[in-house]
Amino acid sequence: MSPADPAPAAGPASHQAAALAARQCYGRLLAWLAWQWRDVAAAEDALASALEKALRLWPLQGVPAAPDAWLLTVARRELLQAARRERLHTSPQVQALLADEPSAEHPPALPDSRLQLLFVCAHPAIDAAVRPALMLQVVLGLQAQHIAQALLTSPAAMAQRLVRAKRKIHDAGLRFEVPGPDELPVRLHAVLEAVYAAYGLGWDAADSAEGVDALVSGLRSEALFLADLVCSLLPADAGRAEAEGLLALMLFCEARNGARRGPDGAFVPLAEQDTATWDAPLIAQAERLLAGAARWAAPGPFQLEAAIQSAHCERLHRGRTPWAGIVVLYERLLALAPSLGARVAFAVACAQAGDVARADQLLATLDHPRLASYQPAWVARGHVAALAGRRAEARRALQRAIGLTIAPAVRAHLQGRLARLA
Amino acid sequence: MLMFFDTAANQHPALDADGARMAAWGAYAGAMGQAGVIVAGHGLQGRDSATTLRLRDGVRQVQDGPFADSKEQLGGYFVIDVASLDDALAWAARSPTATTGTVEVRPTLVM
Repeated sequence: MSPADPAPAAGPASHQAAALAARQCYGRLLAWLAWQWRDVAAAEDALASALEKALRLWPLQGVPAAPDAWLLTVARRELLQAARRERLHTSPQVQALLADEPSAEHPPALPDSRLQLLFVCAHPAIDAAVRPALMLQVVLGLQAQHIAQALLTSPAAMAQRLVRAKRKIHDAGLRFEVPGPDELPVRLHAVLEAVYAAYGLGWDAADSAEGVDALVSGLRSEALFLADLVCSLLPADAGRAEAEGLLALMLFCEARNGARRGPDGAFVPLAEQDTATWDAPLIAQAERLLAGAARWAAPGPFQLEAAIQSAHCERLHRGRTPWAGIVVLYERLLALAPSLGARVAFAVACAQAGDVARADQLLATLDHPRLASYQPAWVARGHVAALAGRRAEARRALQRAIGLTIAPAVRAHLQGRLARLA
Repeated sequence: MLMFFDTAANQHPALDADGARMAAWGAYAGAMGQAGVIVAGHGLQGRDSATTLRLRDGVRQVQDGPFADSKEQLGGYFVIDVASLDDALAWAARSPTATTGTVEVRPTLVM
């Protein structure tokens, strides 16, 4: 080897290892920095700059033994430099940071502040529509552009909304803490709703089978990760029941995800799915979680939704769906959370349990600003009108549902049903 | 909303063998009408029917064929009245051409 030989180039493998190490500690580091600094945007900037250095240096020098401590040290240095530039050096926060800046050789044990950060992202002062996006970016480090794709929003508008939300966190001085027992149920529900909304985005993305953006359908696993995180970070008491319920609910859905498409890519509705294509071990895992949640004796909407999914999964073992039981579960769910989706699903459950008149009445009295563009309501109206023998009305409702459908496979399926009504 | 079709995939509703594509467009326009968002809209005949005109220095240039011979061709448009770009994008995503062609969403000029 001559001295002129270049140093071994950083291959894609070492770059990948660096990226993975950086990714794994992103949320924890950002949570800790944002919590210390009370400023999500400043913490993000500092961490982004530290990550950029890491991705440049680690492939060449190797990933350090404690990558999180390395990133934390660099990010804190960035934050302090930025603060000095802005002449904030007299603030007590900065003084405290200057006093206890750790050395990279002896990193302190890093407390996990991601739960606090999740609660800030779903704070009542933050617009509910922006909460899932905020969590995905702040806790998981997803880029605004990818989040915008999932939410069917323009990338510029999404970036602007996220910036505005972070400014609000800073300016309004929102507390970075886990709420006390009085506040916890309501605040936790907001966190869980945002996590479930992120899951729903991934679910819908997987629905449009052609050219699925892997990142968008990957939101499902990101949401599962978040729900699991909430479960593991909350103290083991009744406050955790709903988080466990949500995780169970999403696992039930995951177990049937693959069964939504036939071998030819055609849409397969739940009632026609071959239970052999369901993921039985995943269903068992969800059942255990739900049973664990029930032991806290603190029922809530997510546990009820999980119980409804559990009832649907009974077909795997008993060969039939317990519709009467599902109707009762929906009645309890609607008493707690009367969402448009739950009301439509309740009506369909009534029809499947044999009470077409009740289903008819429920669907006829639906009243919601989103009804005009809510596809499931029109599928349900078509289905129930057909059961009641009103074919012309069924055709009109189905036609409207077809016009509201995004996924081509679902559109083709509904067109097939419409043709059979002719 | 400007509806562009992939010419190679013969996605234009006028090239519809079994009527399913036309039915999907009918359902889509119907859903917008029933939701009360539609102001106007037309499908255009295929690009073979196009004639283009330019006036340059007093000289008329009239040609058979479309303005630009690109892979995607304008096949129609809808004018909708909605509250936000997000709402417009939601309707654009439901159009039958969103998965095979392209939908361009633009605000109208306020005069």
